[in-house]
Amino acid sequence: MDYSPYKGLRGSPFVGLDIFRQMFTMRETWPIFRNTVVIAVGKIVFGQLANLTFALLVHQVTQPFFKRFVQTLTTLPHFISWVVIGSAMVQLLSTSGGINSLIVGLGGRPIRFLGDVKVFPWTLILSETWKEFGFGSIIYLAALTAINPELYEAAAVDGAGPLARLLHVTIPGIAPTIILMGCLSLGQILNAGFEQVLVLQNPMVYATGDIIDTYVYRAGILETKYSLATAVGLLKAVVGFALILLSYWLADRLANYRIF
Amino acid sequence: MVGERNLIYRLARFFIHLLLILAALATLLPFVHLLSLSLSGRAAVQAGAVGIWPVQFTLGNYVYVSRDNLYLRAMMISAARVLLGVMLCLFVVVLTAYPLSQDRLHMPGRTVFKMLLLFGMLFTGGLIPYYLSMRNLGLIDNFAVLIVPQALNIFYVIVMINFFRGIPSELAEAAVIDGASHPQVLWYVYLPVSLPALATIALFSAVQHWNSWFDGILFLTKATMWPVQSLTYQRITLRQIEYIATSGHAWTDVSQITAEGLSAAFVMLVSVPIMLVYPFLQRYFITGLTLGSVKG
Repeated sequence: MDYSPYKGLRGSPFVGLDIFRQMFTMRETWPIFRNTVVIAVGKIVFGQLANLTFALLVHQVTQPFFKRFVQTLTTLPHFISWVVIGSAMVQLLSTSGGINSLIVGLGGRPIRFLGDVKVFPWTLILSETWKEFGFGSIIYLAALTAINPELYEAAAVDGAGPLARLLHVTIPGIAPTIILMGCLSLGQILNAGFEQVLVLQNPMVYATGDIIDTYVYRAGILETKYSLATAVGLLKAVVGFALILLSYWLADRLANYRIF
Repeated sequence: MVGERNLIYRLARFFIHLLLILAALATLLPFVHLLSLSLSGRAAVQAGAVGIWPVQFTLGNYVYVSRDNLYLRAMMISAARVLLGVMLCLFVVVLTAYPLSQDRLHMPGRTVFKMLLLFGMLFTGGLIPYYLSMRNLGLIDNFAVLIVPQALNIFYVIVMINFFRGIPSELAEAAVIDGASHPQVLWYVYLPVSLPALATIALFSAVQHWNSWFDGILFLTKATMWPVQSLTYQRITLRQIEYIATSGHAWTDVSQITAEGLSAAFVMLVSVPIMLVYPFLQRYFITGLTLGSVKG
């Protein structure tokens, strides 16, 4: 090992870019970056679609009590930690757990949500969507309520049915918000959800389920390969930084959004 | 034609309400199932026969938890962490935001500091340098590591800066004319007006602290120092719960305890504070979303 925390920065031998060379030729490097991007993009696309759809549905409801009831219930999982939800899910998604019992009862074969390499990324994407759709829809709901109701009336007077009103009043009305959420999520492409993945993953699914952050944790902290894990983490931080800057610049240009 | 539109409208309405009820159930049912698991007897749980209602009702799992000193201790550590962490966070955030919200006359270097903070928010060195930094600061195996690193949350600082800038300057000027110094302006003018924003930040911070588990695992090597979420991770995710459930103790009737039921009981108790508090404070969480941005 090249860097030793016991000897510190001055006491450890300087190896130049050796660690980076090692990182780029390591066989795990490509899968973790690929998995990270695939899972993150899946979560962003699926998640935003779910958020938007749910917001559109909730917006249709007129009774305040029912609306608040649904919103309170669906926003709750966002505030519970992944340790709790992860342990619940490991129960529910196991081959003998609740969901597979349902599937078998309906005549299907059990799906190995947590053990099958092809299914696991979807497990991650869908469970995160389940957890966040309530909270994530709030911003779309705020945008929906900001649309001037007179626009709907004018459209109805001009003969527009519900579908036409949706396409020509609602969607254009919240287009800035959709663009904003799209821009901001650009910066998150390398964040595939560390806590969730750590809690749900197991060695069987590392091929598609290991992301950059979990690899850094395992190699760096558990296996004490400090230099290597730092190099990987640094690469992620630098690329992520560039992406975030890009996303904020785009958000400013396309959606008039600034932090200060 | 009109009758037909009414029918389609009613069908669509019904269908939308149905979808929403399904969504609400989808979020609720896993927790209900967990609660039922924690209250069900051994044979039922191991046969996978527990659905929504408890089968072979038993309080054995909860009795076990009530006598589990390590778990109770972890709960208290979490509570302490929430209390102290929120106080420190508010203190640090307000003191950082106030000077940065002043104009160029009073605070010439503010853009430099803002850029530094922004950089700190967007860029990190990664997990290993973070760990080594804490190590060099002597924070390993130290309770302070749970509250100090999270204290200067730059997102909250930005929220407060924007909020302070929105306060009419006449208020502060009136106080200055009456002879107030900066700390007095902060305490007597800015803070009383900022209570909604402070409450929102306090809530977000409290939830974050209660839900934090990774820092405990990473920095605290002794299980007696862990907050409750870290202990839960250790036991449930790392599968140590099986040993606990079968080891038994003289003072507990273990005939009905199962690993699944015990996990469910642990997890339920950890979630209960949030579940109780959340409905009443929902609007604070929602307004917090819009507090952090300046549009246009």
